[in-house]
Amino acid sequence: MRCYVCHQEIMLVVTWDTFWRPPKKEKICNDCLDEMKVLGEAGCPVCSREDSTGVCFDCKRWTKSHPDLLKRNTSVYHYNGFAKDLVARWKYRGDYVLIQSVEEQIVKAFDEAGYRNWPLIPIPLSDEREKERGFNQSEAIIELLNKSPVQALVRSHSEKQSKKGRLERIHSQNPFTLVEPICKPVVLVDDIYTTGTTVRHAASLLTEQGCPEVYSFTVFR
Amino acid sequence: MLKDFYNYFVPRFDWIPSSKPSHSHSHPELAGKLLQRNELHVPEEQLKYLIPQSVLTEVDAIERFVWGYQCRRCGNRKHDLFAKMPHANCGKECVYCRHCIQLGRVMDCEPLYYGSSSFQWLEYSRPCQWEGELSHHQEKAAAEITKTVHHGKGELLVWAVCGAGKTEMLYPGLTLALEKGKRVCLATPRVDVVRELYPRFQKAFPDVKIQALYGDSDEKRGDAPFLVATTHQLYRYAHAFDVIIIDEVDAFPYHNDPTLHFASKRAAKPDASIIYLTATPRKKFKRRIKSGNLPSVFIPRRFHGHPLPVPTLKMMYNLPSYSKRKLLPPAILNTIRRQQSTNRQLLLFFPSIKKAEETARTLYTRGYQVKSVHSEDPDRERKILQFRNKDYRILVTTTILERGVTFSSVDVFVIDAGHEVFDEAALVQIAGRAGRSPEDPDGEVIFFHSGKTNALLDAVDHIRDMNRLADRS
Ligand SMILES: [Zn+2]
Ligand SMILES: [Zn+2]
Ligand SMILES: [Zn+2]
Ligand SMILES: [Zn+2]
Repeated sequence: MRCYVCHQEIMLVVTWDTFWRPPKKEKICNDCLDEMKVLGEAGCPVCSREDSTGVCFDCKRWTKSHPDLLKRNTSVYHYNGFAKDLVARWKYRGDYVLIQSVEEQIVKAFDEAGYRNWPLIPIPLSDEREKERGFNQSEAIIELLNKSPVQALVRSHSEKQSKKGRLERIHSQNPFTLVEPICKPVVLVDDIYTTGTTVRHAASLLTEQGCPEVYSFTVFR
Repeated sequence: MLKDFYNYFVPRFDWIPSSKPSHSHSHPELAGKLLQRNELHVPEEQLKYLIPQSVLTEVDAIERFVWGYQCRRCGNRKHDLFAKMPHANCGKECVYCRHCIQLGRVMDCEPLYYGSSSFQWLEYSRPCQWEGELSHHQEKAAAEITKTVHHGKGELLVWAVCGAGKTEMLYPGLTLALEKGKRVCLATPRVDVVRELYPRFQKAFPDVKIQALYGDSDEKRGDAPFLVATTHQLYRYAHAFDVIIIDEVDAFPYHNDPTLHFASKRAAKPDASIIYLTATPRKKFKRRIKSGNLPSVFIPRRFHGHPLPVPTLKMMYNLPSYSKRKLLPPAILNTIRRQQSTNRQLLLFFPSIKKAEETARTLYTRGYQVKSVHSEDPDRERKILQFRNKDYRILVTTTILERGVTFSSVDVFVIDAGHEVFDEAALVQIAGRAGRSPEDPDGEVIFFHSGKTNALLDAVDHIRDMNRLADRS
């Protein structure tokens, strides 16, 4: 078996455990796995930000301006240089299966967060973007979790503004439209949590239409 | 089924539409190209009439065999380098190639576009302005090359020692090709070789449209009759060239990447002349020469007539223990100091980037004018140029500079020459950096090691053999 990320042959270590059972198919080598930094327990309890003790500055600000919009964000990995390369190859080059290399840890983090039985809502892409990439990264993550997406949102204008600064983004128009109100707790799924604006835009529409609690699950933070 | 089996092992290119003279067109940028839709830069309306005219033809991108797939762009057949994805554009589960995905994702539901090679290239009259003279040996090789170009369909291996003057040997053959309106590509695995050869060809053929193509070259169009390119660029060509020259055919990554062999075969027209250049042929080529199914010409003598510098092996028991402490043994430092008191510059080879950089820092703090260059160095091109201009005295590097690059007057030291990255070919090439100029045809080559390897001994034997054969011829 070859590593999905660096294509090097993965050496199987034979232990008594693997000696009796057929070894499971590894999709990532130890070198690459070491580069992926799992976010620790510490950090911001709201957004999983690593370098913060207690609720982080950003989250405090959000609470002040938009209280209770997002209950909590759970992320799996620190968005470091290695992760950035991985995301670039996966999302922009369109190597769909690349994210499956870390499937195991993503599924584990998702289940530990207790999101398994809740509706999962993907962040929609514009038609143009989706055509360019051939897939929607949020839906790919939901697929990886072995769940079906609930298409509650559509995009009303394009992603171009993601280049703007944080303040601009918070005040910019909501790029989404809600097409299916849901009146139970939901989890928004996306690949990266940067400023938290995207998920909060989506969350505001959902809560306005009667959704009691909105959580988010993002792979990278 | 049997046909399938055969096709799986012998790549065939009958899926490439034949380019009939009746399809001749006025789009040099499309001639012999195999591209994805977004690489075409052709608006939809234009595509609508280029296809019926057979200027462009849609071909399936991924071929399905009983037991797997083959990517028609890169030739990849490895099971684990294909993947499936739910494809939003067509709503189906589609197969894509992971091997060449850096160039853009090739999918089985999206065609590749082949541009007919029926484009009439300019027939240059007297294109070569080079005024130098070929040595007796160079002339012999040049005659064989010209014969191969003239004859069309066929192969030739030019086995010429480092410093034999391979580039000049090509001039008569290139001249003939360009006079006949043939399209030529010189491809090499090494980007530094492209950068080195391109200006030389420009100077020798000043009126010919020549383009250099590599990963981050400014030039991207590939619409010239003469291309100098890295072998990776050939992933975008099919039945494009009448003459294809693979320089440094034994070099990494070409020699061990079957997809590059696939691409270069495909880039050649069915009746093309294929010329391989090497100073250190691999076993496969030597076997083909021996069995008589690969015509070859052998040039054991350098163009200036002097023998190849024979490396001295120096055993350094303490090399590993100093290396662990990120130091060099005093004996090596002394040798460097002595060398630096001469007029020659010094090329210092290390088995790894890390060791090269460490040593460059050490030597710098000791007051030497030194720089290091490695494969991931964004500044590589500039540093090589500065060294060539003698702006500094010591260049510390890895096998990345083992070949292709020439400096006029250098000594060459290899530290830890017994390391596995230095195979016979690499060591012969490295030693071949010394004594390149007729003004200074010698050069000291020292292999410092902590235990002789077969590669070390074979490399020295190889160089001695070449010198012996040169004396006899
Ligand atoms: Zn790996
Ligand atoms: Zn926070
Ligand atoms: Zn491919
Ligand atoms: Zn498709």
